[in-house]
Amino acid sequence: MNAPNKSGWKPEMGAAGETGARPMTSSGDAGLALEEPLIFELGGFGKCGVDFDSEPGEISPALAKFARSAPVDLPGLTEPETVRHYTRLSRQNYAIDLGPFPLGSCTMKHNPRLNEAMARLPGFADIHPLQPMDTVQGAFEVIEQLADWLCKLTGMEAVAMSPKAGAHGELCGILAMRAALEARGDAREVILVPESAHGTNPATAAFAGYRVENIPATKDGRVDLDALKSRLGPDVAGVMITNPNTCGLFEREMKAISDAVHAAGGLVYCDGANFNAIVGKVRPGDLGIDAMHINLHKTFSTPHGGGGPGSGPVVLSARLAPFAPIPFVRRDEKGRLRLIEERGAKEHLPQTFGRMTAFHGQMGMFTRALTYILSHGVDGLRQVAEDAVLNANYVLRSLEDVLDAPFAHAGPCMHEALFSDDDLPEGFSTLDIAKGLIDEGFHPMTVYFPLVVHGAMLIEPTETESKAGLDRFIGSMRSLAERAQAKDESLKTAPHYAPRRRLDETRAARKPVLVYKGEGVPPGEPSLSEIGGS
Amino acid sequence: MTTYFTKDHEWISVDGPMGTVGITDYAQEQLGDITFVELPGEGDKVGKGDSVSVVDSVKAASDVYTPVSGEVREANAALNDEPELVNTKPESDGWLFKVLLSDASELDGLMDEAAYKAYVDSL
Repeated sequence: MNAPNKSGWKPEMGAAGETGARPMTSSGDAGLALEEPLIFELGGFGKCGVDFDSEPGEISPALAKFARSAPVDLPGLTEPETVRHYTRLSRQNYAIDLGPFPLGSCTMKHNPRLNEAMARLPGFADIHPLQPMDTVQGAFEVIEQLADWLCKLTGMEAVAMSPKAGAHGELCGILAMRAALEARGDAREVILVPESAHGTNPATAAFAGYRVENIPATKDGRVDLDALKSRLGPDVAGVMITNPNTCGLFEREMKAISDAVHAAGGLVYCDGANFNAIVGKVRPGDLGIDAMHINLHKTFSTPHGGGGPGSGPVVLSARLAPFAPIPFVRRDEKGRLRLIEERGAKEHLPQTFGRMTAFHGQMGMFTRALTYILSHGVDGLRQVAEDAVLNANYVLRSLEDVLDAPFAHAGPCMHEALFSDDDLPEGFSTLDIAKGLIDEGFHPMTVYFPLVVHGAMLIEPTETESKAGLDRFIGSMRSLAERAQAKDESLKTAPHYAPRRRLDETRAARKPVLVYKGEGVPPGEPSLSEIGGS
Repeated sequence: MTTYFTKDHEWISVDGPMGTVGITDYAQEQLGDITFVELPGEGDKVGKGDSVSVVDSVKAASDVYTPVSGEVREANAALNDEPELVNTKPESDGWLFKVLLSDASELDGLMDEAAYKAYVDSL
């Protein structure tokens, strides 16, 4: 007698590895690969998930003109139908907890579970920003300790903790720069932004009322120092430089850039989004930088990409510290931590440029970031930077023989590896590689950014991927590059295994459909307004 | 009617005092499928080299610089509904705006078709 068959294989399944035609299902689902209609298409009209009073209340005469005159056409679903709808959709999603997110410039990395446990402690999670200050001393302590770490790691004088994200932090830094210039009666109107900066930089400068001028990049992907120097003058308020920049390169001339800008009476903003590549190694304050935001998710592992909210504290030099925004936390003479707002600003920070946010900042993100810092220590943070750079260089050197790497000749990269589409054969594009990566089970890398490189593919593995994980990713990338070289037409129609095939992105952008245009309430079904909450 | 080209890949076709401006076939090829064109306002006073229009494609948003100074007299309203005209007919129906030249001598620094072709080949 044969041994019991543990694999569950039966003769009618055919030989291992054989992929015969599979039958269609009537639901469109295939096993656990779920098909999900729009919520409007679930056929839920005439139902309601909650019980309202059966008698609608009187409408106040003041509101009478707003009384509903037509059905709202909202889908009416039961609670389990609603829960299942969103859970089924979430299973079609890709997340950092499912696999690597090699998005360059975005830094999607693992969120350590210890961070989450600390952020959920009731003393941090269940407090209210308007609670009496004596009852939230621990939370203030977290803010103060984190602020102290950020100042020390960056070599800066002060930090504004309240900005809610990177771009918000940029605005904070530029407003502080403007306040400093205005305080000395110096109206300047131009901000210089190099080509290798983050796209939000010129947007921030324009939003703050400045005219933006571009500074070209050199052939090796860095700021053209001579071009920058020749443009400096009494009308230039300052520069915004991303360092390390979006080509994944360290701006080696940063000190010379800062000195030149200061000599011309301007100020230096550094986009610190890529601080994860240099934390513990370089202090931006030593490079002459006046303001820099730190994306806590990028460097200090707080959630990102739908897992937010973001947090973008801004460190400020001694030049800009007097102009920092309120509110901020400060210790009084009795050792108690106090929140300084409008009333206290006159005494503690008379030149503050004002308030950017209703409250003190993103408490949950502060707790996570401080947990990350304390669990790593200075030596651990330095290793974070080293491993991020090592991983990116491993990807760069493992792929440069199959993809064009425009700056690879200039030496090692920082935290991200940049490739172009120059080596792809005619008819194959960066987009094909990105879509092919979906079939391989990875989130695609950043594509077509930065603009200085044709058909850019920007890959940031981060320090949280192991060598084995990187090897799997590199294997997939090599396979895709080789399929393109072999002119494998099936790559042009990838993805083949995603819930949807390649979408018409051009048509989606040209003729976007942003609202449900279906039938609404089917004839004969009562609408939600008619059932009146029964 | 004479057509001139810029290093930023705009063309301007001049008929008397009026110039018609668009982006070149090479530029649209580089940008890929164009999804939206932000046009200048009629009556806008523009200076040579100013960014006066933005062309969005699936890959990038790119500024369009006016090759000459003057006053914008007409913007190509057809592009609001059919931005793809910039892809299909970049150097005819896909024009962006018409400008009344204030200084015809600014045309002297621009390239003719042969010089532009040589410039593109060198890229």
